[in-house]
Amino acid sequence: MTTSPDPELSALLDAVYHRYHYDFRGYAEASLRRRIGAALTHLRCPSLAELRERVLAEPRGFSELLRFLTVQVSDLFRDPSYYRSLRERVVPYLRTYPSLKVWVAGCATGEEAYSLAIVFAEEGLLDRTLIYATDIHPESLRAAEAGVYDLERFARFSDSYRQAGGRGSLSDFYTAQYSSAILDRRLKQAILFSDHSLATDVAFAEVELVSCRNVLIYFDRPLQDRAIGILRDSVRRKGFLGLGAKETLRFSAHAEAFTELVPEDRIYQRR
Amino acid sequence: MATRNIHMIVIGGSSGALDALAALLPALPPGYPLPLAVVLHLPPTQPSHLVEVLRTKASLPTREPDDKEPIVPSTVYVAPPNYHLLVERGRSFSLSVDRPVLFSRPSIDVLFESAADAFGPHLAGVLLSGANEDGARGLGRIAEAGGLTIVESPATAAVPIMPAAALQRVAIDHAVPAAAIGTLLARLAAPTRSGEAT
Ligand SMILES: C[S@@+](CC[C@H](N)C(=O)[O-])C[C@H]1O[C@@H](n2cnc3c(N)ncnc32)[C@H](O)[C@@H]1O
Repeated sequence: MTTSPDPELSALLDAVYHRYHYDFRGYAEASLRRRIGAALTHLRCPSLAELRERVLAEPRGFSELLRFLTVQVSDLFRDPSYYRSLRERVVPYLRTYPSLKVWVAGCATGEEAYSLAIVFAEEGLLDRTLIYATDIHPESLRAAEAGVYDLERFARFSDSYRQAGGRGSLSDFYTAQYSSAILDRRLKQAILFSDHSLATDVAFAEVELVSCRNVLIYFDRPLQDRAIGILRDSVRRKGFLGLGAKETLRFSAHAEAFTELVPEDRIYQRR
Repeated sequence: MATRNIHMIVIGGSSGALDALAALLPALPPGYPLPLAVVLHLPPTQPSHLVEVLRTKASLPTREPDDKEPIVPSTVYVAPPNYHLLVERGRSFSLSVDRPVLFSRPSIDVLFESAADAFGPHLAGVLLSGANEDGARGLGRIAEAGGLTIVESPATAAVPIMPAAALQRVAIDHAVPAAAIGTLLARLAAPTRSGEAT
């Protein structure tokens, strides 16, 4: 068994960090390798060394690589039971606050933030809520801000919305135009999209709920601890943290800072 | 084969593979020490469904691993629906929602290739019945790393496409019926004395 990281891979990630200040050095290696392998093929690069040279020579080469380094996959109401549990178990607490802040960390193209906005709208909380949604991928943030998705995906999204305990119809929240679904202005107005990295930035703001799903899976254990530390510092006492369906605080140094509120949906409450 | 020093087993399959697994898992006694990781292509259903079915067949603890869960002996790990399951070099699992590979998530190739990188010659890969070619590439990587390769014999597999694709591309060590795969795996490691399945 080799545990030493591949020196060419390290050299590429070091170069990306020093030149562009994106830090992928603590990412989980197995899937990072696959994605970089795909980048080599797609960018017709024979070796990691050559890829490094190309990335250093031209910022365009870097933005192409960035598309491979990050995984821009998301859905409205992905894992419906998560949103159902938020609605049933977390919203009753949130109601007691006169104003609310929510942070969606690693929002990709925005689906998670919009799903939360829909839940909050239906629960009558959206008017007093500000949702911060952050990511490191500029193209995704632009797409998220636009809030326009393929209409094709909405049959599936509608099913998930209903399983998540939706009170009306998902179509109450978008307008169909040709092959697109344009999300409602009142959802967009509640969300502020911006750039933030869990690998290099510090705590974001003090919020009542942090939702950070399927982002930590891309980090190795030490980077997970750094990121979870930031999430912890951003949740007010008795506030909430929701993770992805297969993510857990169990292996984290910060597990003690939280209690498990809905273990099966990975919803935690700050002590 | 007695000279092989296997530390982990990875298993993949699609149509027909659930029956094959049901035929081979009972061959592994309680306390069988090696960890096993399984990817089966199934239509995405309730998260724990596959695990529950396999639990009735295996005398080893069986579960879907969480992200970064350390790999421990005497356990059957099942890839959760809609995630790729990967093995890290530090001998823990990672999950990812990267796009499907060959239309599959979880992908057998993704598990096999990452496990081959992590375990090198100490890995055994098993490819069962299935209707597509996922896994052939992964078994190739296991063979290159010096690991042991096993497929369900296409002659007896419910759907032979998957093992046949692997046989075409890789020099496979054993192509045998599902029950015989169980016997082979059982011989790779003697059960630990303290081992009692829970
Ligand atoms: C698979 S998506 C998750 C999307 C959404 N949260 C969901 O669960 O559907 C992972 C996202 O994490 C972002 N990401 C990766 N590294 C990050 C970092 N260091 N800080 C913040 N976000 C990051 C990626 O750009 C990508 O948008």
